Parts: sequence; structure tokens; C-alpha cells
Amino acid sequence: MSDLLTVSNLSVRYPSREKTGWGKPKSYVSAVDDVSFSIARGETLGLVGESGSGKTTLGLSVLRGVEPSAGRIQLTLPRGTLDVTALSSKELRRARRHFQMIFQDPYASLNPRMTVRDIISEPLIAQRGLGESLDRAMINARVVDIAQRCGLSRDQLRRFPHAFSGGQRQRIAIARALVLNPDLVVCDEPISALDVSIQAQILNLLAELQESLGLTYLFIAHDLAAVAYVCDRVAVMYLGQIVELGPTRSVYFTPKHPYTEALMSAVPEPDPDATLRPILLQGERPDPSNPPSGCRFHTRCRYATELCATAAPTLREVANGQFAACHYATELTLQGAQDLRERKDERVAV
Amino acid sequence: MAEARDNVLDVETLSIALRQDDATVPIVEDISFSLARGEVLALVGESGSGKSLTALSLMQLLSKELAITKGRILLHAADGGVTDIVGLGANGRAIEAIRGRRMGMIFQEPMSSFSPIHTIGAQIAEVAMIHEKVTREEARRRAAELLAKVGIPDPVRALDRYPQEFSGGMRQRAMIARALICGPGLLIADEPTTALDVTIQSQILDLMRKLKNELGMAILFITHDLGIVAQMADRVAIMYSGRIVESGPVRDIFRRPVHPYTRALLEAVPRLGDIDRHRKIRPIAGSIPNIFDVPQGCRFHPRCPAAQLPRCAEAPPPRYDAGRHHVSCIHGAEELGR
Amino acid sequence: MSLIDTYRAYRARPKAIRRTDLASQWQLMWWRFRKHRMAMLGMILLGLFGVCVLFPEPISPYAPFERNSKYVAGAPMMPHFFEADGTFHPRPFVYGVKSERDPVTLKLRHTRDETKIWEIAFFVKGDPYHLFGLIPLDIHLFGTREGFIHLFGTDFTGLDIFSRTIHACRVSLSVGLVGVLVSFVLGAAIGGAAGYFGGQFDNIVMRIIEFIRSIPTLPLWLALAAALPRDWGPLPTYLAVTAILALLGWTWLARTVRSKLLATRHEDFVLAAKLSGCSDSRIIRRHLLPSFMSYLIVDTSIAFPEILLAETSLSFLGLGLREPVESWGVLLYAAQSIRSVDQAPWLMIPGLFVIVAVLAFNFLGDGLRDAADPYSK
Repeated sequence: MSDLLTVSNLSVRYPSREKTGWGKPKSYVSAVDDVSFSIARGETLGLVGESGSGKTTLGLSVLRGVEPSAGRIQLTLPRGTLDVTALSSKELRRARRHFQMIFQDPYASLNPRMTVRDIISEPLIAQRGLGESLDRAMINARVVDIAQRCGLSRDQLRRFPHAFSGGQRQRIAIARALVLNPDLVVCDEPISALDVSIQAQILNLLAELQESLGLTYLFIAHDLAAVAYVCDRVAVMYLGQIVELGPTRSVYFTPKHPYTEALMSAVPEPDPDATLRPILLQGERPDPSNPPSGCRFHTRCRYATELCATAAPTLREVANGQFAACHYATELTLQGAQDLRERKDERVAV
Repeated sequence: MAEARDNVLDVETLSIALRQDDATVPIVEDISFSLARGEVLALVGESGSGKSLTALSLMQLLSKELAITKGRILLHAADGGVTDIVGLGANGRAIEAIRGRRMGMIFQEPMSSFSPIHTIGAQIAEVAMIHEKVTREEARRRAAELLAKVGIPDPVRALDRYPQEFSGGMRQRAMIARALICGPGLLIADEPTTALDVTIQSQILDLMRKLKNELGMAILFITHDLGIVAQMADRVAIMYSGRIVESGPVRDIFRRPVHPYTRALLEAVPRLGDIDRHRKIRPIAGSIPNIFDVPQGCRFHPRCPAAQLPRCAEAPPPRYDAGRHHVSCIHGAEELGR
Repeated sequence: MSLIDTYRAYRARPKAIRRTDLASQWQLMWWRFRKHRMAMLGMILLGLFGVCVLFPEPISPYAPFERNSKYVAGAPMMPHFFEADGTFHPRPFVYGVKSERDPVTLKLRHTRDETKIWEIAFFVKGDPYHLFGLIPLDIHLFGTREGFIHLFGTDFTGLDIFSRTIHACRVSLSVGLVGVLVSFVLGAAIGGAAGYFGGQFDNIVMRIIEFIRSIPTLPLWLALAAALPRDWGPLPTYLAVTAILALLGWTWLARTVRSKLLATRHEDFVLAAKLSGCSDSRIIRRHLLPSFMSYLIVDTSIAFPEILLAETSLSFLGLGLREPVESWGVLLYAAQSIRSVDQAPWLMIPGLFVIVAVLAFNFLGDGLRDAADPYSK
């Protein structure tokens, strides 16, 4: 498998809210700190973490929706390698056909003043100004095609977003993201604003579209169970850093980082007979503008030693394709998703 | 129909409607449930199912356009006295004496449920001072005690801190302390962990479980998360579009769901413990009905794989009971009897 | 969407088979606006004022400088349908006027002569005028064939106050309109630039706005208006007054534009457009401007009465417009002496027009504010 996206040593710093008298920030918050990973063509990489872990910022910075402060983002296309970080703003706009985004909140991400047709066709019209030759009929055919693939009828195209439910709005947002036939799609929590019965529709739609259009996803989510269904590999983030990265099965069943273990144990299983033994983390997430020294997780880690408070661990390969940033990754025996759920007896098939 | 067990709350055929000018639009229709002392009942539903309105109506906190049009809400006191909340009206001393004292409530948004201009301690102590006419010192002492009980470190100093100095999880703990300071027999928790991270959520759920065992109150837990239901509840009531479609002990609902909606919902939820089996999630087709444009008959019938037309579209489905398992579906009889 | 809104949308639908799903922003705003009764009233009143602005000559029975020497400082004449003896008169009429000198003060006094009946006629020939300065006409909406009619009375020189008030609509409202338009352009451009470029430029613009807004308004107007040469003709004075009001009025709008721009710039759909490859100009045109245009209109409708009142105050103080220009302020200037309050209180009637116009704009602004965001929760 060839890598489509390669991210190396990416960092994003935000000026902190507190300002000095003349609008200069006092300090900076590292939302993403020295992160490296890659995604193979056709693969789905899940990015999980809690609020403040920097997962959304990471997703946005890959598309240069926020400017990275350091690092490199490369896209390997059939025609050659595109250094996303080095593009000028004009080149970037042209390159946007290769990478698109689906947002979390389908109520905020669609302009209420435009019809569905205008919303979906907007990326095509934007690209037309950049040397793409597209006439009205071609744009129209493309919009109708992608809308139908996303489960929207031709009649619905002339409506306005306010006439649609959350799930349908998300379909519109997906159609907009896919109308340029991109290689990479960043899905930023695409289902967390939706109702349970609708979430599955959207997850399945994303899977179908991936198959038929050969898409590559960076799937950002905090719902670990949903991630498990759609992702080939998972990266776990904590305070701006990737603490564990590997194939979904390995990360879920044989986690190598204590934070992953705690995260897995906290997900309530929808089965009254599966007794959960959550590993309750002490305290709460530290302030990202003032992260702890050494390993950022050591303040809440039940295995932490003195070493953890002083030396920062690096992300290293601890098993086949599985990376973890923990000094004791190879020594600890951690419990996976299944060990943490004790089943009294087998489920009766419904 | 509700047995006279040691009940804290009996809700009987409660209906809530939106009134405007000449018309009334039913939002919640004919729902009945009861809660025994020390029991956790989960009220489960998606957006627009009316679960949060039901919770608000128990405290008479509905906004002006909404009104209880039918039914009774019976609150049982420890000494055997019964109060009908519906009869008390939305204003006045009688209902105020119940809110916060006999029923506590915690909300989804821990950010906005405390006033930013008063200290945490003052806001918790206030509840005790209003209801039990205790002195400020006594109220503060009890507030500190409760803060310690909900796991806030250094509770005496925490009294003098402001809500914005607390993190989300801490604020939710403080809110629980405020809801419990008068020792209510019933705690209404409206999506109390939805805004929290999973690791914080498991801390809060653990705390609620401990407090329930220690204080013996009943909890009405409103949520859309079936995982939380399975881990927290003794009994479950599933709501769909303003009606309870199925209710029963948690194990019955998860193991032998009868209503097609309950079944579909369980099929649609991804499970962490299951990923190795490659069980595909099955979505429910269609979308949740707009509450102002609900289907006739059974409200789930347009999305229901087992619907029998025209029967399901004509009249609301009959209700079948098997012990404490109730279901409103035409297939109820055969399924429950099995 | 809130329950109540969904409900309203649902309730509204059956009436005209309204396709809310196909409704654009402006349609939704109109539907919501129509439910606001006071705003509709305001709009109707402003519509009437608009007619007065466009056609003051045919509406008023007399030319504004047509003196009636037979009825100087005369009281308003009420139209009647019933004669003194109670007989019904199908055509409205006014009673005739008897003039006599007071034997003591030797002043001319006008009293109603109930023996004479002057019928009101519609579309009568009267003083000739040029409609829009072009079309020569002499038809007036109403008048009398014999005698005269002064609905609001006359002033000390015998000019018809009704006709003058109607003519004054044009100047008073157009000062407001032009002032608001100039403020609008200035405010949108400066506020827009401040919001869009941000940084130090934004900082400086905001400080300037704060400075301008900290100057007490009335003394500033007075100083600026007093600086106008007294020998300027009516038209340059009119333009200068408008310009002064506009130059001070834009700050408010600039602030709104800036804050709305900052707020919409961070909306997800704007980010989505950026990530689709849209150019900055397209984002401004397609996404930012339409999003806050409705708010600008609201603010404009609220700024309007301020400028109207400012013009009235200035002219009333004798520092703004002057005779022979007619504006409500100029007319009120004549009403400020003790003599007029005592002997011809009807000279203050133009003040009622000011009040009605300001209230109408406020009602309209209220309704627009409610309708401005049809997607609000």
C-alpha cells in the first residue's frame, strides 16, 4: 500500500486568549505538538481523543484550514508529490480538489441562505475560476450524480437546508465534500451531532462511498465504538500528541499505552450483562497551555514512575505496526476492550 | 396499574401539549411510568421524543407555551403522603416547596447551570437555606460535607470558588451536590454526562451509582446513550415521538426487545465489545418524525420493517403487558407470550 | 429549530400552501415580519409618508407659498358630514368663515359661520405646479370650489400649514434617507475593512470611533452647523446639513458591521467555503454579505429616526435648514414663540408628524429585528 498522506513533525500553536494591552498574546498554546503519521490510499485512519486533545485542530491543519506552525504535510498523487505546507494561497485553492472536509455540525456548516444545489456546486464553481473548464451542464450533471450517491433526490436540490433534518443535512455536507472527487476526506466528528438511529445511516453511507469512490478518510471522533466500525487504524491523542497508533484491533484489544486502556474501559457497553470495570482516571485533563513535564499523561497515570515526570517518551514501534509513546509500553500488561467487559453469558441472538 | 410498591413517583397518562392561539399540538401523549425507592429508571429517546419535556414537567418547569393537558404526577412522601404535582400548578409556594427539596434535578450543561457571579458554596447553601430555614453557617457546613461526598478535593476552600474556576466534570459534581443537599427522594438527571468526555463520564456515573446506594434515592435518568442505560438503569422506558413504546426491566429490554423500534435501535448502536465479530450495524431507515407532523396510528410505522398496513397506520397500537414488561405494538401479544 | 418556530412554520403552511423548504431568506423574513402587527402598521405609515414625499403637490390643496389673506393665523377647519341641524350631507364640507375685528384689540378674528357650507371636492383644479419638476399639472387631491380649506389652519402670514407639512415630508425624510445612505456606505466600508483586515488597522479605527462617539452630539452639531455660512442658498445648506449628520452617524453602523463580520467569519459554513477553494471575494460576496445584510437593514431603520430627529432639532434651533426650504424642523421653528403657542397652537402640528414618523421607523425596526434572522433558534 502506498501512502497518500504523510504528516511529519506537525505542530500548531495558538496565541492564548489572555492578551497584553496592545493585542499581543502573552503566550502560546500548543494544540498539536510534533505529530507524525501517514495514511495509505483507500485506508481510514481514526483519530480519537477527548476534548482539548487537539484532534480537530490536527484535522484542520492537514487541510491548512489552520496554518501549521511547523512540520510538513505531503500528498502523494499519481502525478507526483504535493507539498501542502509549501503551497502559495493560489496553489492551495487549486489543490483543494484533492482534500476536503466534512464538519461535525450540519446545522452550522451549511449556509442557510443557499439552496442545496448551490451548496453542493460551490466547490466546482470555485475550481472553475482556477483553470478548470466546466460548463453549466457538466456542473449540473456532477451535482446530481453525487447527490444521488449520497441519498438525496433531484427534487431536493432546489430546497434550502432548513427544510432538512440533521441526517439529511449531513448527507448534503458529504455531497459537497465529494463533488470534486477528492483523494482525502477529513471527517471531523461527522456523526456526533446526530441521533443514534441516524448515526448508523451516515456511517454506512461513508463506508459505501469509500468503496465506490476509492476515498481515503481521516476520521476524527470521540465515539470509540463508531471508530472501531469504520477505521483500519487508529491514532489516540492526548494533549496535542499522539500517544498510540496502530491497527484498530491491536489498539483496542492489546493497548500499549495506559491512556488508551483507560479510554477503552470508560466506554459504557450497551449490554446490561457486560459488567464494566472502568479504570477511573484521577483528576482531569491538565491545562493545554501549561502541559505537565515529561510524559503529559503522568499526572493521571496509575503506572507512572519518577522517570515519567522528567523524560518525555517518544512514539516508538512496540508491536507489529503498533506504536506507543510510553516508557513502559513493552513491560506493562494492559487490558483491552474485551478484557474490560466481563460477560456473564453469551448474548442470545436476536 | 402501578402496584403500590414502595413507590416514590407514579406518572399516570401524562400528556403535554403546545398551546398556541386556538390550537393545541400534543407533544407527549399518555405516558405512564413509576419509580420505586432506590431504583434507576432510564428514559431513553432520540431528539424530539419528548423525554426532556417529560422531565421538566415533573417539576412544573415547562415553558409558557407548553402545558400538561392530562394525567397525574404523584409524588409519594416517606410518611405515606401523596402529592399530585399536576394539581399544584406551575407557580406558588406549594410547587416551590417541592422543587429542590423533594426532587433534585441535574442538567446536561454544567456550564450554564450555575450563576457565574456567585460562589459555588453560596449557590449550594442557598438551596438548604430556602427550604430548611437553616442558618448560613449550618448551610455552608452541609454544602462542604456534600462537596466532599461528591469527590471535590478540599471542599471547604471550594465553597468560596466561582463556577468558572471549575472544570466541566467538577462543575457537574457540584451540581449533583446542589441537587442533593436537601436529601430529595428523587433525582432527575437530564443527560448529565452528554457534554463530558468519556473518562470524566465514567467518573460521574460511578459517583451517581455510589450516591444512590448510600442515600437510597430514586433516579430518573434521561439519556440517548444505550451504553449508559445498560450500565446504570434497573428499568428502561423507550420513548419515540412523544410516546413510550416499550418499558421494562433493563435485562428484558436488552435481551428480549419486542418493539421493532427498540430492536432496531439496539441493532444500530456500535459496540466496542463486539468489533471482533464484524457485526454490521444496521441503520434505521428514514428520519425521526417532526413533532408537528407525526404519522397517524403507530408513529414508528413508516420506518418499521414489521409494519402491517393499513392496521398500523390507522390507530395507535394496543398495549400489551407481561409482568413488568410493557410494549405498545400490534406484535406485542405473540412476542411477549413467546 | 425551537419547538415554537417549527410549530409556527407548520401552522403557517396550510394557508397558502407555503413551501417553507423552498423559501429563501427574504421570503422567510417577510413571513415572519408579517406576523408583527406594529411593524406592519409602521410600514403602512411609512408608505403613506413615501407617497407624500413623491407627490406633495397634488396631495396638498395649496402651493406652500400661497397666502390666504382672508384667513391669517386661522384655526384648523374640521370636515363635517352633518349640518348644524343634524341633516346628513353626503359630501364632506367645512363651514364658512366670518372675519371681524376685535373692537378692543383691533385684531382680526375668525369665527365659524354655520350658515355657509363649503363642500369639499376631490380632484379639483387649483394652483398650478410641475409634478417632479417636469409635468405641468393643476389637479389637487381635494379642495373647495368656493371658499377655502385649511385642515391644519394657517400661520401668521396666511400660509396653509397642511400643505406646508406635506411638502416638508420631502425634505425631512430625504435628509434622513440621504444621511442614512451615506452613513450606510461609510459604516459598511470602514467597519467592513476593520473587521476584515483586523489587527492594528481595526484597533485604530475602533479608537477613532470611540473618540467620535464620546463627543457630546448636540454641541458638535451646533458647532458644525454654525460654521455653515449664513449666505449659502437653501440647496447647499440642505446638502451640508445632510453631510454633517451622515459624517457623525456612520460610527454606529461601522461597529455593527465589524462585529457581525467577525462573528460570521468564524461560522463553519464560511470555513467550509474556504476549504472548498473559494476566493476571498467570493466568500465575502456569497457568504458574508448576505449573512449580515439583514442586520444592516435593521440598523439602518433604527438609525433613520436619529437623523430625522437631528435635522428637526437643528432646524428648530435655527441652525439647520431655513426658510424658504420647508422641513418639519423649519415649520416648528416658527412655532417656538410664546405668541404662537398662545394664539396659534396649531403651528405645532408638524411636530406630530415627526413623532409619528419616528415611531413608525421604530416599529418597523422592531419587526425587522425579529425577522432579521429567520434561522434563529
